Amino acid sequence: MLKETIYSLKAPYRDELRVTGYRFGSGEKAACIVGAIRGNEIQQLYVCSQLIKALKELEERKAIVSNHEILVIPSVNQYSMNIEKRFWAVDNTDINRMFPGYDLGETTQRIAAGVFEKAKGYSYGIQFASFYMPGDFVPHVRMMETGYQNASLANLFGLPYVVIRKPRPIDTTTLNYNWQLWDTNAFSVYTKETDNIDEQSARIAVSAVLRFLTRMGILHYNCHSGYIASVFYENELTTVHASEAGILRRHRFPGEEVRRGDLLAEILDPYEGTTKVQVLAPTDGIIFFSHKKPLVIQKDIICRIIRRLHE
Amino acid sequence: MIETIASVDLPVDERLMIQKNRIEPIKKTGKEKRISLVTGTHGDELEGQFVCYEVNRIIRENMECLKGIVDIYPAMNPLGIDSITRGIPMVDLDMNRIFPGTAEGNFTEYIASRIIDDIIGSDMCVDIHASNIYLREMPQVRISDDTADKLVPYAKMINVDFVWVHASATVLESTLAHSLNMMGVPTLVVEMGVGMRITKEYCYQLVDGIFNLMHEMEIWDGSVNPVREPIVSQDGEVGYVNADASGIFVPRVSIWQSVEKGEHIGDILNPLTGLVEHRLVSPMAGTVFTLREYPIVYHGSLISRVLGGVAIC
Repeated sequence: MLKETIYSLKAPYRDELRVTGYRFGSGEKAACIVGAIRGNEIQQLYVCSQLIKALKELEERKAIVSNHEILVIPSVNQYSMNIEKRFWAVDNTDINRMFPGYDLGETTQRIAAGVFEKAKGYSYGIQFASFYMPGDFVPHVRMMETGYQNASLANLFGLPYVVIRKPRPIDTTTLNYNWQLWDTNAFSVYTKETDNIDEQSARIAVSAVLRFLTRMGILHYNCHSGYIASVFYENELTTVHASEAGILRRHRFPGEEVRRGDLLAEILDPYEGTTKVQVLAPTDGIIFFSHKKPLVIQKDIICRIIRRLHE
Repeated sequence: MIETIASVDLPVDERLMIQKNRIEPIKKTGKEKRISLVTGTHGDELEGQFVCYEVNRIIRENMECLKGIVDIYPAMNPLGIDSITRGIPMVDLDMNRIFPGTAEGNFTEYIASRIIDDIIGSDMCVDIHASNIYLREMPQVRISDDTADKLVPYAKMINVDFVWVHASATVLESTLAHSLNMMGVPTLVVEMGVGMRITKEYCYQLVDGIFNLMHEMEIWDGSVNPVREPIVSQDGEVGYVNADASGIFVPRVSIWQSVEKGEHIGDILNPLTGLVEHRLVSPMAGTVFTLREYPIVYHGSLISRVLGGVAIC
């Protein structure tokens, strides 16, 4: 394992920002794995740390196939994480909306450019990502439909679901999208949590990445075969909105199978505690995403369901 | 007439409302043209608030001059304005990256779709921005090159100092202005002043321009003040000055000042050591139209933009 600073930035009042990379193996650029880019991505940092720990042990056991190099970047934006901000603290910009970056541009464009310079050129790119809406997911692999995406490769992570997202304009500046444009097969791995650590889904994510690297001929590693994933487009999910605002009491959770008419959640009057509305499942299926914060705004997405899918 | 064009309930005993003031002529013919003035998409940009007030005030005091419909939307992101937050507070999302929105999305996308639905049908829209808290901008209209032919003639009517025709960027396709332009509502994006402040001279300048535009569109037949002829510039004529050190920026020039190539723009200072970390110079002869307002800078922070080849006497 080689630990190195892949990008650094001096600050007027803080310690230098050092983006650290861990290299395993040597030779052809096989896989690059990126963890926390936003300051609240604690779970993503944790998953990367566990992956680095596992890869270190595997390298010591000579389990990395010769002429293959793996680069892991556990954190890009600890400046924000250390002061509990989500985005770049000085100007609230999102580094994951700055790729491929610009080395003569603004600060976060320069950070993105510096990181991307090191992260590009690999055959496979894996990012532990987070979603802009607060909530829980079932662990899955997400890809952008750029024309270069390869859903059958995503299946090799062995996670239960592969989601393909039709990119919106705002997605074109993400790491995932730009990896694909630069000929890297890019995957975003979502676990259950973001701001908090969930050990179980973290273990699932680490295993999924090790499984994928093994199947790509980068690692010698014996592991469970995982799932043959259900593949679907994000816009095929059934979205359930909150018809009222209030306190959310969840009854069903991501990964659970529901029948049409099942009680998904209740929205309570925040003063009187009475039920304002019962949120019922509009379809049979499996809950893929669910709102987690205790307060809910009218029109918020309460959950998203994979239609007519059974356990 | 005050109308609520979109609303959602917030969790505890409050309603988020997007409101507009529709001002109609005393005698309607049914063939009136309609202009929409929108601002407050970014909660830290306040210059448009005074512009809205002034337009409202002048029309109210001269109602006999109004021949068309004026819709004034002062606060697209009212919670952001009220909490000094640039984005939408609960989701930390830039509202100007979610248009045209969708009724099927979450509450932010729903509101965006309602705003679009309400503005559609306007003959003109002016989307007023105020830079951000870091940079001061001279009054300008920004137009992407794919809409320049249609919009530059209107931009020349609105009394800004210059019109910047820039390359189109995919990420900007999520803006309110792009969505409206694609849907057939000519929309001008005005940038002026600085975040969290009101620069009255710029506001009065734009108010004159808005009344001139309304006069040209036969929405207003009152007297209007003469407007300036803006400089129309392309991307290649704009030079950028970015910080190559972190520290405190202290300017040596003023905004809208002419500079020579290599002229001293300012310094980045180190308050701990007393040293000058970076001496900044202009990349070209021209006029400073963007200047750093917030002193703390990092490597890469934008310090200034210079409009090349233009000297202001």
